Amino acid sequence: MSFIRKDMRALAIGTTALVALAASGAQAKVEGDTIVLGSAISLTGKYSTNGIHAQRGYDFAAKRINDTGGVKVGGKSYKIKIVYYDDESTPARGAQLAERLIKQDGVKFMLGPYSSGLTKAVAPVTEKYKIPMVEAEGASRSLFTQGYKYLFAVLSTSEQYLASSIALAAEIAKKNGKKPSDVRVAMAFENDPFSLDVRAGVADDMKKYGMKAVVDDKLPRDLSDMTATMTKIKALKPDLFVLSGHSKGAATAARQMKEMKIKVPMVALTHCESSKIIDKFGASTEGILCPTQWSETLSYEGPLFGKASDYDRDFKAAYAGYKNVPYQTAQASAAVQVWKDAFERANSFDGEKLRMALTKTKMSTFYGNIKFSSAGNNIAKPMVLRQIQGGKLKVVAPLKWASAKIVWPRKPQY
Amino acid sequence: MFDQIIGNLSVLTAAPIFAVDLLFQGLFIGAIFALAGYGLALVWGVMNVKNLAQGDLVILGGYIAFQLAAWGVHPVVALPIAFVVMFAFGWGIYVLIIRRVVERDLFTSLLATFGLSLLIQQTLNRIYGPEVQVVESGLGSREFADGLMIVPDVRILSLVLASVLAAGIIVFMRYSRMGQAIRATSQDARAARVLGIDTDRVYAFTYALNSAICGATGVLVALIWVIQPFYGIVYSIRAFIIVTAAGLGNLPGVIFTGFGLGIAEKYSDFVLGSEFAIAAVVLFLVFVLIWRQIQMYRVRQVVR
Repeated sequence: MSFIRKDMRALAIGTTALVALAASGAQAKVEGDTIVLGSAISLTGKYSTNGIHAQRGYDFAAKRINDTGGVKVGGKSYKIKIVYYDDESTPARGAQLAERLIKQDGVKFMLGPYSSGLTKAVAPVTEKYKIPMVEAEGASRSLFTQGYKYLFAVLSTSEQYLASSIALAAEIAKKNGKKPSDVRVAMAFENDPFSLDVRAGVADDMKKYGMKAVVDDKLPRDLSDMTATMTKIKALKPDLFVLSGHSKGAATAARQMKEMKIKVPMVALTHCESSKIIDKFGASTEGILCPTQWSETLSYEGPLFGKASDYDRDFKAAYAGYKNVPYQTAQASAAVQVWKDAFERANSFDGEKLRMALTKTKMSTFYGNIKFSSAGNNIAKPMVLRQIQGGKLKVVAPLKWASAKIVWPRKPQY
Repeated sequence: MFDQIIGNLSVLTAAPIFAVDLLFQGLFIGAIFALAGYGLALVWGVMNVKNLAQGDLVILGGYIAFQLAAWGVHPVVALPIAFVVMFAFGWGIYVLIIRRVVERDLFTSLLATFGLSLLIQQTLNRIYGPEVQVVESGLGSREFADGLMIVPDVRILSLVLASVLAAGIIVFMRYSRMGQAIRATSQDARAARVLGIDTDRVYAFTYALNSAICGATGVLVALIWVIQPFYGIVYSIRAFIIVTAAGLGNLPGVIFTGFGLGIAEKYSDFVLGSEFAIAAVVLFLVFVLIWRQIQMYRVRQVVR
């Protein structure tokens, strides 16, 4: 009997401890004069490079906000602190850690993880606990078709990645006295959710112009060779070649276009930067079009960071070793800036009031304009198209922000 | 879908040069997969260890080439270096891990090699990061038929290297003392031991040889495709498919199956579309297995 009583006592102590923990957790959202944001992000594993880029973006923005007077709510100035956990690049771990941030650490304001896959794993958790999450690294269109109410994304969604290249091809066709519907397109997309989203956007725009796909390959995820697709392109001579297949696809395509001397006048690829094709394959990549969320050469401007070029300069000064600031970093900073703006407009730490404030976000930033649709994605910022010119990436579309003219047809040196 | 297939077929009939092109491409990729498959067949057949870390050994070889290229060593020179380094690595792995699981059941060896696979992946990720890497050979391409068929020199080189490697291994297995000992051990380990063969040494040599073959394959992979710490699984799966299709204990068959699957993959890739390239390979495997079942059935009837 006695050991049962002992067990009961242990249980009672345990429960008290848990309650105490929960109580302390409930206050963790704002500790004294510090607002606590939480994020599970990939610090190890296969997404670690970009995960760390994003984390630095978050930290850089938090530091900038704290150094410039903090966040003003109810006449008081608050500092921002971000709690991180390493999700090891695995979705299951990401969801687990989001639960832990919310339930154990009492975080009430979330920042997103890295990649669409991880965001997809975390979003149902934040939704369940009605915790608003501003994310900067999940672009998949499928994130915004689930009816999530607490998810806000500052970046452009995946179906816009290469769609602009179709509009550009139509424009060039018109300039050359041809009809846009004469443009023949070769498509190669990896068979995964992200790349298929990109494909859907391209296919929609092609339909709009009445363009025809002469090659429409879906590359299996474990396919390492694209030579059959390249042979087909050589045989059918399309006017435009669009491809999306993460870094592996971009590197393989660049290598095999070089090896097989593919002469398509216009080529557009995703992941030009992360695959470092310019460093790897040099002049053979000349003229390739690469979509990007952001570039420091854009004329965007806003409070806190100033111009896009200012952000670029300041970030490089704060973190040594960056030749280019990745857009993953810039959009992470923009997400923290969105939180600051929402806190100040809501003038409260109440979850629902903050959610309402977030839905009404309308700001100009160094990262571009931000305005959320009812689904939570940013509809005010276009995707930017850059072209490799002389070994550098130059913005060529949209024309409003372009810093260089497009070179057509592309003149690679094989 | 179907009009696209017909369109693709008509390209091949209108310009047969593309069919030749595909044949060569199939041979090129077949050579690489055949090597990985050969190593697996060796380990599987001799030691009955299903090496799930096969692909990761390939990728490790690729990173050796990458590191050597960073130090200014040309990849053609890197190939023998990777072969030797990976031989030593394989021997070490055998002594540390494989020796303890050789005599155990299937699941122990599967688990051990799976753990090894994870260990290699994460170590490479720690050292080199998760970016996609390549090794440039600096070789050009050859043009045939007015530039309609372009063959990169690096692929010809890799085909030659793969053939030399494969021929060398076959000769070694047939005529050297160690090759004979390996074959004897694979037939009956206990009998081999009774006749004075040090089977432990044979096992160590076999695993080390497999690891060396994988390392050399990895150099070729880095030269013609891309490497990344987590891409090993592709080569593991392909090696298993090849060994299963060739049949266990049929070492020369592994080479032919590797080439055959490579060619089948390229043609189905072109005609059916890339999404069916891997599917065609697996379908091919299914047909081989069914055909073999029918054969076995005949044999069983004769015995009965």
